[in-house]
Amino acid sequence: MSLLSVRNLCKNYGALEVTRNVSLDVAPGELHAIIGPNGAGKTTLIGQLSGQNAPDSGSVSLEGRDITRRSMAERVRLGLARSFQITSILPRFSVLENVAIAVQARSGSSYRFFAPVAQEAALNDAAMAALADAGLEDRAGLRASALSHGEHRRLELAIALATQPKVLLLDEPLAGTGGEEAEAFVQRLRALKGRYATVLIEHDMEAVFALADRISVLVYGEIIASGSPEVIRNDPKVRAAYLGDEEAA
Amino acid sequence: MSAFVQSATRRPVLMSARIWLALLIFAGFAALPLIAALTDDPFLMLIGTRILAYAIAAMALDLILGYGAMVSFGHAAYLGFGAYAVAILNSYGVTDLLVHILFAVLLSAVFAAITGAISLRTRGVYFIMITLAFGQMAYFFFVSLSAYGGDDGTPLQSRSTLFGRDALESDLVMFYVALALLIALFAVATRIVGSRFGRVLIGTRENPVRMEAIGLSPFRYQLTAFVISGCMTSVAGVILANQAEFVSPAFMSWHRSGELIVMVVLGGIGNLTGAIGGAVVALLLEDWLAMLTEHWRLLFGVFLILMVLYSPHGITGALERLKGARK
Repeated sequence: MSLLSVRNLCKNYGALEVTRNVSLDVAPGELHAIIGPNGAGKTTLIGQLSGQNAPDSGSVSLEGRDITRRSMAERVRLGLARSFQITSILPRFSVLENVAIAVQARSGSSYRFFAPVAQEAALNDAAMAALADAGLEDRAGLRASALSHGEHRRLELAIALATQPKVLLLDEPLAGTGGEEAEAFVQRLRALKGRYATVLIEHDMEAVFALADRISVLVYGEIIASGSPEVIRNDPKVRAAYLGDEEAA
Repeated sequence: MSAFVQSATRRPVLMSARIWLALLIFAGFAALPLIAALTDDPFLMLIGTRILAYAIAAMALDLILGYGAMVSFGHAAYLGFGAYAVAILNSYGVTDLLVHILFAVLLSAVFAAITGAISLRTRGVYFIMITLAFGQMAYFFFVSLSAYGGDDGTPLQSRSTLFGRDALESDLVMFYVALALLIALFAVATRIVGSRFGRVLIGTRENPVRMEAIGLSPFRYQLTAFVISGCMTSVAGVILANQAEFVSPAFMSWHRSGELIVMVVLGGIGNLTGAIGGAVVALLLEDWLAMLTEHWRLLFGVFLILMVLYSPHGITGALERLKGARK
């Protein structure tokens, strides 16, 4: 039984077909990576999964419930969280507050007008736990805008984790990071593997092949191959379209 | 962990600095009757009450403008609802201040909920324009309300009563009642800003898409804040009607809405103490400049431009910078 199930998703921008009949499934605890060259429609696809863009046809369901027409906020409340390719945080909040507000969104009402929220230990503790998962616990008190780029990427992850998702949509979490930083991030994602069903969009092939249980290859909005990393690595269509000759050598 | 502990103490220090400044302003107000007695200037109480009313209105506006990035250009409408609540209920023989406030708040809540729900479908300049349009609709409604003097307005038979007594007929008592209302509403607004709701409101100002991505739809929280702000502003209208013993649509003209925005900007956006200070400074400066020259608006404009250019965080921002520089 798959947790997230996508059926025959289609979307056009004018004459341009950005999503062509995409179907995919993510089982509990599975990490499903989506790769593809620039302009293949990866971010548009994750936009449709997260509710930021509406598909023209097809369906998205979470735990068997059709969520195709649900707003992004509703989907998050149902347990489908996303991180953004371009960092999207609350820059003037502290790092801790950025995460604590995500915890708050999933625990109790936000229509509380008098009790000081900064002193809610339950929120702060859960936020610290999510920060620890992202390796940012020693940055909790800083202004979010003061973090480095790599730390912003990890804050994105911590915020998504703090919403207690069932399915995690990660849109190029490694974007703009490199070297040791990227390696450390991959280690963190590996440690989280199995706790969440994950859809990962990523350009870093090393990371994808190290993490993924299953890989789908998107070219011109269409999934041309889907399978285990081994299968994808050896698929001639994928090599031709994407991986290039040096991989084959 | 150490960085976290450090900041947990750092922020409240800044918060309490603002609260200390507010307490200082309140103490200054509380001492005003003494000055009035010493200088034998009875008008000082009336001027003081007027400033207190605008301080409430500016603070209420800052709650959405500063903390929610909603620039309402129609907030004078709520001053009008407060003022007309007094006039209308008085004409039916209902004179109790608390009933007047309750009626003003209910009226404002309904108007804010309806116009806010429509206005919040827009952003930026469009939001400013649509709130202005709703404000003008309210203005012209009262202009055409001939039973209450239409354009000319109508004098009040008497001020509101307090628990059956006509205590407010004394300018001194009225002044202190207004001060008590300002302090109470400041306490409420301060708590709101630091609450769960306040955090979400500020979050929608910072990044609405991020708020949706953690499962919170900005609209409902923005609308709730809009309604709270309108209701608070109407309390200022109740005070103004009693202060002037007169009610007219002039309370709700768009100039008035603009003046409220000026007060908030002058004091420092997103800073409740600043809004109060901004109202005080704007009104005192207006009175003082008007004594010097009939072209006082020109001077006021120059002052405002200089403030915005050199101290974008307003008076409180300048004070905080001074304090920081001294350390």
